[in-house]
Amino acid sequence: MSNFSRREFIKLTGGATAAAATLGFSPFVMGAASKKVVVVGGGTGGATAAKYIRMMDPNIEVTLIEPNEIHHTCYMSNEVLSGERSIEQIQVSYDGLKKHGVKVVKAKASMIDAVKKQVVTDNGSFPFDRCVVSPGISLVYDAYEGYSKEVADGAIPHAWKAGPQTETLRKQLVDMKDGGVVVIVAPPNPFRCPPGPYERAAQMAHYLKNNKPKSKIIILDPKASFSKQGLFTSGWKKHYGDMIEWRGTPEGSDDNKVKSVDAATMTVATGFDEIKADVINLIPPQKAGKIALDSGLASDKGWCPVDHKTFESTLKPGVHVIGDASIAMPMPKSGYSANSQGKVCAAAVVALLNGQEAPDPAYVNTCYSILAPNDGISVAAVYRYVDGKIQDVKGAGGLTPGYDKTTDAMRAREVQYAYSWYKNIVHDSFG
Amino acid sequence: MQTSKIKGTLLACSLALSGAAFAAPSGDMLGNTCAGCHGTNGNSVGPASPTLAGMDQEIFIDAMKAYRDDSRASTIMGRLAKGYTDEEYAAMAEYFNKQKFAAADQPADEALAKKGAKLHDKYCEKCHEDGGRSAADGGILAGQWMPYLAYSMEDFMAGTREMPKKMKQQVEKMNKAVGADAAAQLLNFYASQK
Repeated sequence: MSNFSRREFIKLTGGATAAAATLGFSPFVMGAASKKVVVVGGGTGGATAAKYIRMMDPNIEVTLIEPNEIHHTCYMSNEVLSGERSIEQIQVSYDGLKKHGVKVVKAKASMIDAVKKQVVTDNGSFPFDRCVVSPGISLVYDAYEGYSKEVADGAIPHAWKAGPQTETLRKQLVDMKDGGVVVIVAPPNPFRCPPGPYERAAQMAHYLKNNKPKSKIIILDPKASFSKQGLFTSGWKKHYGDMIEWRGTPEGSDDNKVKSVDAATMTVATGFDEIKADVINLIPPQKAGKIALDSGLASDKGWCPVDHKTFESTLKPGVHVIGDASIAMPMPKSGYSANSQGKVCAAAVVALLNGQEAPDPAYVNTCYSILAPNDGISVAAVYRYVDGKIQDVKGAGGLTPGYDKTTDAMRAREVQYAYSWYKNIVHDSFG
Repeated sequence: MQTSKIKGTLLACSLALSGAAFAAPSGDMLGNTCAGCHGTNGNSVGPASPTLAGMDQEIFIDAMKAYRDDSRASTIMGRLAKGYTDEEYAAMAEYFNKQKFAAADQPADEALAKKGAKLHDKYCEKCHEDGGRSAADGGILAGQWMPYLAYSMEDFMAGTREMPKKMKQQVEKMNKAVGADAAAQLLNFYASQK
């Protein structure tokens, strides 16, 4: 019996299976043991995959390994910095997943063993038939002289994983004097949430404009350009005048590239000068989450190569990697991407565990940025699986048209759509 | 309408002619990509985004075509709708039509709703049958999110979304008889329906 796939089993047993199902017990209890999927990481990608595997095939046993009892969504966390939203309003529990029959285990994974097919954690080992890893990002603390995990947990928060550091950064803004200088150090590509640092500048400015209007925000950027640049530049100007100053880095220059930071004197040194700041939000370079690096799922560049149809690792068979950690270009490292990939991966895992071919995938990304109350912008994209790769559908997607081509009313709607998107994506992933 | 057909055909042709190994995702797979904004199984929990579950297939397809050729105003839907073929619209339409509509969990003003019920019977029931619950013809209004319906009415009145001829006549009659409060009364009636 154990050699039969579920599909074959259904074919053989036919009506009896249906009858058994209506009686409320699984016929597979008598036959093959149910298949096991272990999901590592309870962010948007992992939660979505866990939920959808259970929705698509309730006979698969799904265990989610996650060290935190409460997840803080990164999306909308910039609104916590402006005070538009409380930290509680970006929190979500795993109760919704439990209702789908996902076994949620509070544990920290230390190794995914693709050969023994088990996930080793600080709370026991968990065998799997297939594993889905959604580890998010790890922060490269040795990127700058004077920077470390201790510095990030103390005086210079990154707040690039929402949670305690989001609250620290908010408090630093609240405690800052009027006329203070905030420095945001933007990360090099690729990184989580490409528009995030620039929306963050807007949300900080929204708070400062109303409370400390003489203050200034300087963005030190190692890049020559950034996501939604035209829209952000127009929106910053419209709402905050000269409060936000972006200092980019043309090719060949290192004028605005950070070389070192000093937490004691709150100074940032670039290739050109030294800037004394009151608040420093250093968002460091990023790689795939630590568990992916430790388990050999990442290439030497620090991100995880995957098959774009199934998100199965090309390095470790039987292990799928989704979300920020995966190499899924042209999809950006965003919450919507992770959610979309979670469902494509779930469908593939369910098919493969039932002895079927993975279905043809479809993917979408949508990212909203809120520049001020009632002023939102977006970017969207539709992707197809063509020639073995995720590819952008030409002629579709793109940005909110420029400030000269949109009305205030339409951009006010984009904020309402952003808030509705937040409710729906949190519910679709965790609920 | 004509341009949308041509555009759709062109898209389908260009995809077919490109000779690439081209995936044909199922309606479920396509529908799942919408859930980030329109909710799991098309049941939205966000007030500005409409629930798509239970939607009439023809209305869904017409809406997507109107978004694609920008004849229906939108912020983001026009950009997204350009990414799909007519066949994919049909597959999505079938998927969403199969999903069970769940009425939005939202407050409604009782007094306005009571007046709105009368307006509905007089001006809307003929097409939006069964108190706006029917999915046929006009689409489900009872239990749909009020902020979404308010945006829709705004667009209809502004002329950025085309009203069917009969609807235009009825709305004009209603607004003439009732005045500026008509839409609020109607919308509260639909919101009050669970």
